[in-house]
Amino acid sequence: MKIKILLVTMILSLSSVLHAELTIEITQGVNDPTPIAVVPMGGVKVPENISNIVSADLQRSGLFRPIPRGDMLSLPTQESQIHYRDWRILGASYVLIGGLQQTPNGFELIYELYDVVSQRKVFRKSSSGGTSALRDIAHAVSDAVYEAVTGIRGAFSTKILYIEDLRRGPKRYRLVKADADGARAKVIFSSSQPLVSPAWSHDLKQVAYVSFETSRPAIFRQNLVTGQREQLTNFQGLNGAPSWSPDDSKLALVLSKDGNPEIYTLDIASKKLTRVTRHFAIDTEPNWTADGKGIIFTSNRGGSPQIYQVGLASRRVERLTFEGDYNARSRVSPDGKSLVMVHRENGIYHIAWQDIVSGDLRILTETRLDESPSIAPNGAMLLYATKHQNKGVLAAVSMDAGVKFRLPSKQGDVREPAWSPFVN
Amino acid sequence: MIFLKLGSKTVTKTIKLFLTIFALTGVLAACSSNTQVEEPVEDTAPVEDDTSVDNTDYDLPEPVQDPLEGVDSVFYFEFDQSILTSEARAALTVHAEVLRDSPKSIRLEGHGDERGSREYNMALGERRANAVRDYLVLQGVDGSLIETVSYGEEQPAEVGSYDSAWAKNRRVELK
Repeated sequence: MKIKILLVTMILSLSSVLHAELTIEITQGVNDPTPIAVVPMGGVKVPENISNIVSADLQRSGLFRPIPRGDMLSLPTQESQIHYRDWRILGASYVLIGGLQQTPNGFELIYELYDVVSQRKVFRKSSSGGTSALRDIAHAVSDAVYEAVTGIRGAFSTKILYIEDLRRGPKRYRLVKADADGARAKVIFSSSQPLVSPAWSHDLKQVAYVSFETSRPAIFRQNLVTGQREQLTNFQGLNGAPSWSPDDSKLALVLSKDGNPEIYTLDIASKKLTRVTRHFAIDTEPNWTADGKGIIFTSNRGGSPQIYQVGLASRRVERLTFEGDYNARSRVSPDGKSLVMVHRENGIYHIAWQDIVSGDLRILTETRLDESPSIAPNGAMLLYATKHQNKGVLAAVSMDAGVKFRLPSKQGDVREPAWSPFVN
Repeated sequence: MIFLKLGSKTVTKTIKLFLTIFALTGVLAACSSNTQVEEPVEDTAPVEDDTSVDNTDYDLPEPVQDPLEGVDSVFYFEFDQSILTSEARAALTVHAEVLRDSPKSIRLEGHGDERGSREYNMALGERRANAVRDYLVLQGVDGSLIETVSYGEEQPAEVGSYDSAWAKNRRVELK
């Protein structure tokens, strides 16, 4: 798709605005998004407007342009009611219809996608869940439509973690879990002392983070189902930057207990600690490579912070970034082929993308003080933290920099987003 | 016992307290028996009036906080640097003297400004706290009494995205 910057800001009116702590402002989209008619779902009436949630998901991806309901000439809920002419007139490429039914345990949505140009059904699917799962059902629909049209798995059903700082109050620091669209935000842990570096386990059942509640930094893990917490480290000096291994058996982390910040791995079951780096410079911000055989990290061993990779078996260290005098806090893309990181150019901190093999670097953001990039599990977008009107906010950008949107917070500063892996 | 040059009015109260304690415990007499008297300092005159003991020849005991009156306990750093400034070294020399003479546990909290990544700033904050610790140890302070902790950019002294706020946030606080 051809990319062009649209200098318009579209504000989506999500049905969930009243409940969500984060709302979405799209600041840039692709210039030819696919027009799609998300027809209001038939069947039983429910408090959540499924069609609106699906429309908002698809619009936020930047790749779709939902057709306003008021423009629709008909509101079909089954195949026999679809007249392609009605949709060709509106310029719609696709039509999504569906019907919601009550089930003994909750709801089931049967939904169908039609291709207007070829005048054929693309798919018929069903999604079901409990009475509180209407948003989950809606995001599942979005995922299916996105994948059918783009060929890329949708990430609308995923979750995000972030840190919220209310700036005042006895529990000012909060670790929050929310849907990828910012809805259903839930405080996981709160503290009077800073919370830093939240990280998902790959099974989505646990998070690891740094808490200063003991008056020193310590790494904790917390079970998201039971709420049970365990303090994993209590060393003199730094205890930071936890990152789960792909099989969730280990955490990579940074400790300075031996006098200097070094990367270690901690086996969670045995608590065995293994030192990975050995250098008098700062080594920090570890992140596992996609195959789990190596760790990328930030080091200033070359005089300025740059990204390096170390093989866990060979312990061989290789420098990955050479462009610019500040590259830090990188994350590996799900396919293992590229990095995103904080990159300084002319004194301004942007998020940049780099192809690992060729070394090609692309700056993705135009804002300043950008940090903490976290890639969606489908590799299509990333979330990062930036400043907007003197507040910490989350923003998103597609990996080709074509689509951008912001998730401003209603209270305090929001930072350190962590996009979850796929649920299954 | 160390003789002090007392120049500050606020010192007087503390001296009063100490003199009273010393007088009550009889330590003052023991001290004065084996030490020469310094020339009386002007500011101490009211103290003499207030004490019931004969204090024409006494040593001034050292009030613990006094030498640090007006001495910085927050030390600032340049961007991406953990090198002590000359101002910081001068203040730390005074802290070191006091800590050498009256050892006590201290905590050095390192901080950074908001620019760049958070965990890298955490490491920079530690570098700064360590630089202060190393200087104090070099000056004879017992390193086992010094705890260092870095808060990185998590607890700014001033919230704001401009040079003067950043300069105030790149610091080590001695507590």
